[in-house]
Amino acid sequence: MALTSDDMRRLAALARLELTPEAEGPLVTQINGFFDLVAQMNAVDTTGIEPLAHPTDAMGEAVALRLRDDIASEPASEAIRDTNQRSAPAVERGLFLVPKVIE
Amino acid sequence: MSEIHEWRVAELSRQLQAKAVSSVEVTQHLLARAEAHQGLGSFLHLDPERALAQAKLADAQRNDGHAAPLLGVPMAHKDVFVTEGMPTTAGSKMLAGYQSPFTATVVRRLMEAGTVSLGKLNCDEFAMGSANENSAYGPVKNPWDVTRVPGGSSGGSAAAVAARLVPAATGTDTGGSIRQPAAFCGITGIKPTYGLCSRYGMVAFASSLDQAGPMARSAEDCALLLSAMAGPDLDRDATSLDVPARDFTQTINQPRAGATPDKPLSGLRVGLPKEFFGAGVSTDVNEAVQAALAQLTALGATLVDISLPRTELSIPVYYIIAPAEASSNLSRFDGVRYGHRAAAYDDLIDMYQKTRSEGFGDEVKRRILIGTYVLSHGYYDAYYLQAQKIRRLIANDFQAAFQQCDVIAGPVAPTVAWHLGEKANDPVASYLADIFTLSISLAGLPGMSVPAGFGEGGMPVGLQLVGNYLKEPELLQTAHQFQQVTSWHTASPKESVL
Repeated sequence: MALTSDDMRRLAALARLELTPEAEGPLVTQINGFFDLVAQMNAVDTTGIEPLAHPTDAMGEAVALRLRDDIASEPASEAIRDTNQRSAPAVERGLFLVPKVIE
Repeated sequence: MSEIHEWRVAELSRQLQAKAVSSVEVTQHLLARAEAHQGLGSFLHLDPERALAQAKLADAQRNDGHAAPLLGVPMAHKDVFVTEGMPTTAGSKMLAGYQSPFTATVVRRLMEAGTVSLGKLNCDEFAMGSANENSAYGPVKNPWDVTRVPGGSSGGSAAAVAARLVPAATGTDTGGSIRQPAAFCGITGIKPTYGLCSRYGMVAFASSLDQAGPMARSAEDCALLLSAMAGPDLDRDATSLDVPARDFTQTINQPRAGATPDKPLSGLRVGLPKEFFGAGVSTDVNEAVQAALAQLTALGATLVDISLPRTELSIPVYYIIAPAEASSNLSRFDGVRYGHRAAAYDDLIDMYQKTRSEGFGDEVKRRILIGTYVLSHGYYDAYYLQAQKIRRLIANDFQAAFQQCDVIAGPVAPTVAWHLGEKANDPVASYLADIFTLSISLAGLPGMSVPAGFGEGGMPVGLQLVGNYLKEPELLQTAHQFQQVTSWHTASPKESVL
């Protein structure tokens, strides 16, 4: 089942991307070309196989993942906040500015 | 005395130790050389002032009796590592002018080990690519033939090391991005076991695959660098492996346990996956790899036929999982907290869309769209979950193979470096060329690329060596012993070509 231009526009909206009309056609062709490759995955019997989300999960007990304590470990100060916001496009009094969302 | 830029890290370390040369002299020489070869496109940012200050400090420390092996050794970093005080772009317009408030752990560790940072190196946008043609700041050229690609995504790192602009560089490998450019440019690179090097401060592409590693001109140099880069970073990276830091240089010079100096690799079983030697490999690459295997046999290794039956499947599996993770990771680029923001927009959603459409290049958009699709309702099970299940089967295939062998060997890529533009408009053709590196990344295993001769057009060929989890010492030892009896890694591109 091949993706259509409508599908591509729907996906673009979900991904918060805008596609130009010129870009859309080649994209549909390229992505459908890729999904031709994906078809071979359907034939693989994976009954009873646990998904591997993370390679650490395949390495055995010795290297199990862990959680650290849920505590703030970074010091807080206005100076640090200002440094962290240095590369933000629009900031005022320590706040990130965005277009108006509530009328 | 050969030219300073010809010295590998180990040699440079000895010369600095002997005070035959100062770090400032080496740094000045390499900065001038990098400046003169800007046409290669490998550097995105050169920082002479900072580099010379670090070099001066390294020289002062040496005079005070410090003798760390990397003290005063200049290098440069792939531009996906964030660096306080130097810009970080990840090869994207999205991060033009971005200044990180902190430094990536691997860069910090290398600096603490005494290295001098000359600057930042070009790469495919957000490390997505196999030819370094996806950088928003222009392609990188292959120093062996400037009409060809250097490989990707760590193309700037590979080209800079091959062209002798730096003795070493950092790289990152998600599906082959250290190994393939190392092979294409005739240098040595290692992607360690997933989690060995901290991901803290690496601009995220696919978090379950991303791994940092060194790129240099010998296995010995890679061992020196990796010893400084690797190690637990438990508070900063939840997937950092809790295994003690190791000195990888300790064992590379020694014969294997039970072996003799004339047959240092006696007892080493080298597995040859039949899927890596089929019709898909070009004749020139196959011949070079076969000659390298004969060399390993001469060193005492035995060759064992093995099978990795899901090698071909690793392409769709990888190109579903990596874009899925990328679509999630790259959602952070919204024009609010950092990076590009569109100049004109109607409302918040329109601002997001315009910002992302302007900031991201074509390949990044393709992968975000594929990722969004395979994670969307109704397709998640058929694509993403099925890919993760096959990923488990692929990891199991490797464990079965390691019952029969200690390391796995084969080509890094099916061909030598192709010409600039050749696959630029055909993403699937480019994905197919990743066939021999993807499965190793999916399983999280360590893999190396070692120069193994030359093929079509006089272009370098890489031998790939793959080990089981945390077997970096064995990989580096095998590669180092190979480099004691071969000289492919010492060959350099013609100066006149650069």
